[in-house]
Amino acid sequence: MQAPVIHVNGLTSIVRERLLPVPGTVLARLNQKVSALDVVAQTSWAREHLLLDVTRILRVTSNVADRLITCNVGDRIAVGAVITAGKGLFSRRVRAPRDGRVVAVGGGKVLMEVGVTKVELRAGIPGTVVQVLPNHGVVIQTAGALIQGVWGNGRIASGTLVNLAEKPDGILTVGRLDVSLRGSIILAGIVNDVETLQAAAGLPVRGLILSSILPALIQKAMEMRYPILVTDGFGSLPMNSAAYKLLSTNARRDVTVNAEIHDRYSGARPEVIIPLPISEIPLIPREVETFAPGLQVRMRLAPALGMIGSIVALKSGLTRLPSGLQAPAAEVKLENGETVIVPLVNLEFMG
Amino acid sequence: MPSSWVDGSSLLAIEVGAANTRAVLFDVIESEYRFVASGSAPTTAEAPFKDVGEGVRNAIRNLQKLIGNTLLDESRGLITPSQPNGSGVDTVVVTLSAGPVIKTVIVGLLKDVSLESARRLAESTYTRIVDTIGLNDLRKPDQQIDSLLHLRPDLVVISGGTDGGASRSIQKVLEPIGLACFLLPEEKRPDVLFAGNEKMEDEVKNLMGSLATSLHFSPNVRPSLETEDLDPAERELARMFINIRKRQIKGVDTLDLWSSGHILPTGYATGRMVRFLAKVYGGEKGILSVDIGSSAAIISAGFNRKTTLSVYPQFGLGENLSRMQNYTTLEDILRWSSLDIPVSVLRDYLYQKSLYPASIPATKEDFAISQAVSRQALYLAMQSARRDFPENIATINPTLTPLFESIVAGGGALSDASRPGLSLLLLLDSIQPVGVTTIMLDQNSLLPLLGAAVSQNSILPVQVYKSGAFLSVGTVISPVVAASYGTVVLRAKLNYENGAEAQVDLKYGSIETLPLSSGEVGKLSIQGLRGADIGFGPGRSLTIPVSGGDLGVVFDGRGRPLDLPSDSVRRRELIKKWNWALGGE
Repeated sequence: MQAPVIHVNGLTSIVRERLLPVPGTVLARLNQKVSALDVVAQTSWAREHLLLDVTRILRVTSNVADRLITCNVGDRIAVGAVITAGKGLFSRRVRAPRDGRVVAVGGGKVLMEVGVTKVELRAGIPGTVVQVLPNHGVVIQTAGALIQGVWGNGRIASGTLVNLAEKPDGILTVGRLDVSLRGSIILAGIVNDVETLQAAAGLPVRGLILSSILPALIQKAMEMRYPILVTDGFGSLPMNSAAYKLLSTNARRDVTVNAEIHDRYSGARPEVIIPLPISEIPLIPREVETFAPGLQVRMRLAPALGMIGSIVALKSGLTRLPSGLQAPAAEVKLENGETVIVPLVNLEFMG
Repeated sequence: MPSSWVDGSSLLAIEVGAANTRAVLFDVIESEYRFVASGSAPTTAEAPFKDVGEGVRNAIRNLQKLIGNTLLDESRGLITPSQPNGSGVDTVVVTLSAGPVIKTVIVGLLKDVSLESARRLAESTYTRIVDTIGLNDLRKPDQQIDSLLHLRPDLVVISGGTDGGASRSIQKVLEPIGLACFLLPEEKRPDVLFAGNEKMEDEVKNLMGSLATSLHFSPNVRPSLETEDLDPAERELARMFINIRKRQIKGVDTLDLWSSGHILPTGYATGRMVRFLAKVYGGEKGILSVDIGSSAAIISAGFNRKTTLSVYPQFGLGENLSRMQNYTTLEDILRWSSLDIPVSVLRDYLYQKSLYPASIPATKEDFAISQAVSRQALYLAMQSARRDFPENIATINPTLTPLFESIVAGGGALSDASRPGLSLLLLLDSIQPVGVTTIMLDQNSLLPLLGAAVSQNSILPVQVYKSGAFLSVGTVISPVVAASYGTVVLRAKLNYENGAEAQVDLKYGSIETLPLSSGEVGKLSIQGLRGADIGFGPGRSLTIPVSGGDLGVVFDGRGRPLDLPSDSVRRRELIKKWNWALGGE
């Protein structure tokens, strides 16, 4: 049976697509070296629209209104500008209520986009542009350590990694956060309160890497303007030893936290990337593995939720579990020496 | 060669679920169609595969191992038709539920008329209604446009206007849809289904024609104010669902080719089979199918003149679990648990499980949580589905579940054939059937596959349904009665075919069983006490034929609606007791 894969890898090639939410202009060139904060593409996006019903305002038919409308698609219009022609000294005229751009005219109406904001797509990871996707974005390749998580708040940032988690189940509290951490990405364990998230925002930090998060804090975490990445799950889970070891030994390095929202269909995952110097390009990690003895796995549900172990043996046929369900299973030796029987669907390969 | 009138075509039915893909073979055995075997494998719609074909081929390979015949050729294509050496199959049907929920905007005129029909239509497949636009919408058109641009729906379902009726109102509500589609990048534009005033087809084409990814028309779901006819629109929507999935997920187009277009959404295929069963087996009472799996809870009820189909992704036990708190409280979920589980543990479980929809409970505690969650999800799904049951159906009390002749239950949480008592108790708690009902467990999840097969082979579904491929749990007697705990509310005597007798005094608050094996029938004499009603009138005594099953005849004396004790310790004791009564540990 094929094993799902989550990457916690000390040195690997990392290839990532960076795409605009709507088509725009790609600024980066093929083979260009980029830093995480470089803007590689940009576009504009109107958050609001205004539909001006000239027919209704002037109390004319739509055909007449169309003849009176003086603006055209694409015109930029300032607030107060007249957009209809009038006859006579006291004729009524329609004025633009806000600055904007005309996107459609017809049927006696004018549709304007207003409140246009510029969207800049940053590289997210330092590396080389290996493909340009015209109007949409780029593909960037780099090499380094890769630590994938299970949850992210959709933000991205880079900064120096500071370790505030002395152990995998450390708890980050407000008292641990001081001004010296401003601009840092903090490796923490568990956060149990909103105040800590807010205090981190107040410094501000550039990112938080957590082992787990309470479901009650998710809404607040989504509101934070800095990236929050969770490595292991929900509740009060310690960080898996592989991720903790890799992150804690890379403290003081520049890292990128791309706390992308996990999309199981596209494969997008929240991840930490630590660029490392290389002498030769490492292999791209495998996305598919097969369950076999010796494979390093993480438990997705109880028993031993979140722990890492090694498959000792695959059980033949179906195994009856303590829950009473029957499923293909494996005998897994955990890091603490204990052995557990786990259904294969509750395991993922970690490497 | 078969010697009967049955055409000897083998049929491979493939179900691509959110978590698992199954390949099921039906063939003629001793002149009748039978379920032969089923192979399964994890679904591969998600990354890194992003192609359902991989999971389908893995499931077929596992099926090959069981049947000892080859179905795939060297280039991994399906061998059709079947060959003299036994390899291959003659026909293929596919059902599909995998994939992200379809973000849907419903559009109509009046809240209680066309918008209700549009909602019912949208809920016949795997949608989540993200916005509703109607005449009573207080937003300005530009606000509606901004909402559509922000939400980026996959699908817009439009209903409204009686045939030949006024068209201006529909034009008014369509305008923001057309403008939003115009503003969206071409590849992000939604599919649009217009199921309103048929006279407006040309106008809708003019307004939306090039702006929707694809524009579909179906007969009006509300040809007049008093009439609702969803069937043709549901059929069209099922086709649109498959087209959307073809764009979203690789491999669906290959399955469409393999099956020569006989590919349906799993929910729709289930509804089709229920309609068929209601015609064949339904009398005054209806036929109910309930299915709860990773992608959705599906409730389909077949009555004399109407079948309803409701697909609720929000009550599925997979990736949507973390949003379940939008529909219920954690305390309401835990009321069903036989173990004392803290609210925080349940909350963490819901979120953790939503990360890994295919995972299963391995410990006793996780199993108790998953059973409680399944109960509440199915309970909520049933409550929602009941809103759309037709009027004038057989009931004991219109506020309770209607009378059903038979309930067929499937899906991961219900089809564990090794412990039918657990599945039955889950059904009794969540569906709360009343009167006399036979219960079948669809242990091999065949119902949707048979529904898909109907169009290819109309004999196969009947013969397989009657063949014993579904596990008969037994006949359930559920009196509607109010009494104090421990009061006898019903006396029953079962006369077996061999002349033996068995009796039971059913006390309020308890569950009792009388053995009656699968395939056996008996005569059950019932005397209702304290005004107990099993569908023949309060306190009536009568004798009815009953059929057996794994658990025989089951008497549920807990009253309707089921009222669990508020004292948590007593409640958990009772749940354990009810579980033991049905053979649980």
